[in-house]
Amino acid sequence: MVRFNMILLLTVVICALGVVTSQHRARKLFQALEGEQERARQLDVEYGQLQLEMSTWATHPRIEKIARDRLHMVTPDAIGRVVTPAAPAPVKKAAR
Amino acid sequence: MVVRRRPQRGHRFTESPVLQLALQGWRSRMVGLMLMAAFLALVARGFYLQVINNDFLQEKGDSRYRRDIEVSASRGKIIDRNGDMLAVSTPMKSIWAIPGDARTMDASQKQQLAALLEMSVRELDGKLASDKTFVFVKRQVPPETASRITALKLPGVHDEKEYRRYYPTGDMTAHIVGFTGVDDKGLEGVELAFQQSLLGRPGARTVIRDRRGNIVEDVGALKPPQDGKEIRLALDSKIQYLAYSHLKAAVESNNAKAGGAIVIDTRNGEILALANWPTYNPNNRQHLSGAQLRNRAITDTFEPGSVMKPFTAALALEKGKVRFDTVINCAPGRLTIGNATISDAHPHGALTVAQVIQKSSNVGTAKIALGFPAQEMWEMFDSVGFGQMPNLGFPGEVNGRLRPWKNWRPIEQATMSYGHGIAVSLVQLARAYTVFAHDGELMPLSLLRLEDAPVRGIRVFSPQTSREVRAMLEMAVQPEGTAPKARVPGYRVGGKTGTAYKIEGGVYARKYIASFVGIAPISDPRLVIAVMIDEPSGGAHFGGDVAGPAFSQIAGGALRTLGIVPDAPIQVAEAPLGKGRL
Repeated sequence: MVRFNMILLLTVVICALGVVTSQHRARKLFQALEGEQERARQLDVEYGQLQLEMSTWATHPRIEKIARDRLHMVTPDAIGRVVTPAAPAPVKKAAR
Repeated sequence: MVVRRRPQRGHRFTESPVLQLALQGWRSRMVGLMLMAAFLALVARGFYLQVINNDFLQEKGDSRYRRDIEVSASRGKIIDRNGDMLAVSTPMKSIWAIPGDARTMDASQKQQLAALLEMSVRELDGKLASDKTFVFVKRQVPPETASRITALKLPGVHDEKEYRRYYPTGDMTAHIVGFTGVDDKGLEGVELAFQQSLLGRPGARTVIRDRRGNIVEDVGALKPPQDGKEIRLALDSKIQYLAYSHLKAAVESNNAKAGGAIVIDTRNGEILALANWPTYNPNNRQHLSGAQLRNRAITDTFEPGSVMKPFTAALALEKGKVRFDTVINCAPGRLTIGNATISDAHPHGALTVAQVIQKSSNVGTAKIALGFPAQEMWEMFDSVGFGQMPNLGFPGEVNGRLRPWKNWRPIEQATMSYGHGIAVSLVQLARAYTVFAHDGELMPLSLLRLEDAPVRGIRVFSPQTSREVRAMLEMAVQPEGTAPKARVPGYRVGGKTGTAYKIEGGVYARKYIASFVGIAPISDPRLVIAVMIDEPSGGAHFGGDVAGPAFSQIAGGALRTLGIVPDAPIQVAEAPLGKGRL
């Protein structure tokens, strides 16, 4: 009887330690997750800022100024234009 | 007991006579019972606190490690139809202080803080002199600066996350996009109109923190943060830029006070561009004046003048009163109704209905207008949207002024036929022209990009009538018309000029509003473009000379941007080399 009780006690102790360990590990993992999520948020913020920066560099007035003044580009007149049926897509691409 | 100096023999402790006193047994039992009762009382109290009424202790315990934290949500972006950014929020910090604690900073700490915040020490002292328990030292501080301030570990100085709104396109789209205040609340334009959808709703979570302040576990209910919705406008930033820059050029070259331009896609009523001049930079709103803030195209009404004539002609065609080529005698360029006289800027002889529009004859239009009852004319004006809200959902929209037909006098009916005695906004005017562009249907306008679902208009005129009016509008930009300068190389376009006197204090002043509303291309209309220039004073004041060239530039650029196939044979002499803009 005593032996049986001792075995039970030992089992209980082992289980209790197991609970503690798993809880600890869960918290560790949770912290890691939390850290990664924070990093994701940071990157998201940075992405937003970079997007903002990009659209600031890509404003139409700036593009026009560079095209005209630095690259000496001109708008082709009506004679110099060829319109293809699938025109919208290339035009938009060229605008970026 | 006898006390002796030296006892002869000591007796054992247990034999002490004191201990051998025979006490009554109930006394010890009594003490035992009392102790037992006290112990039971403790157990009962413990049971009560731990099991039955455990809220209080639970709360006390939780408060040692549980924290409710707010999860911030950002305001939605505003983007144009192609996804280009028009307004975006980015996180900033605001630095706040508890003045009582912060005053304990020493001089060098103060200097450091002031230097980081780009303010003088005196200014900083001024803020900290407050006897409140909370003051903002500086708002909208870049996050890097804020983290350097936090690293100084100054007493009583704290930071808080907030958002700042940026407008990359700046003054170009200022009127349509609007702006927000520091508290992320929309104050103007789309920011105000769509405040409810743009607004982010912060969430909350309950967490367990350990001794070092790390979050170790999520407990309790989670309320996820809701970021504001992204608003996709119908605006095309490229066409917007064209409209804005050409409008600006037209206002400046004509030495005018102000101007407005609108570009509408006639297929579904989307507003592709809406520009005003003067404008402002929404990123830096110091020294703003009312004139800069005004969204003229939507909130200002004016007497449109001759741009109204095609509506009168369309009504006459629709009712079968006249045909395209019915001849109307406009000589001698004057018409007296009652005691008022209508005159033409340039006297004409006999003109066909089409020529009346082409040459913009007031006399001819008035004669056509007097051919039908006031009610019919009112109904037509009403059905193309004059005197009604354009229903864009935009702040500050106006009805314009269309008086009830019952008290129209004949002279008023005549002047209204050519656009005086009626007040409209530029957006109403542009919308009304969609009836000619969309085969007789009035299109509802939309600020937001529409999905590909077809939009149904409201039929006002028959397709035949609208085709005939389009032909008249095209004649108006021919060399014999009023607006040869509105032509676009490579495309067939049409439109109507307007030159109206301004009303100041109830009387007509010698100041003008020059306007042009046009349709392009005529063979398969895609765009309606309305341009209005307020008080041109650079010599020219006719709509065809002032607003016409701006229309031509905007239309040419927009048609090219949209990739619309030219529908006119190229006329070599008319293509100005390298004059167009991007």
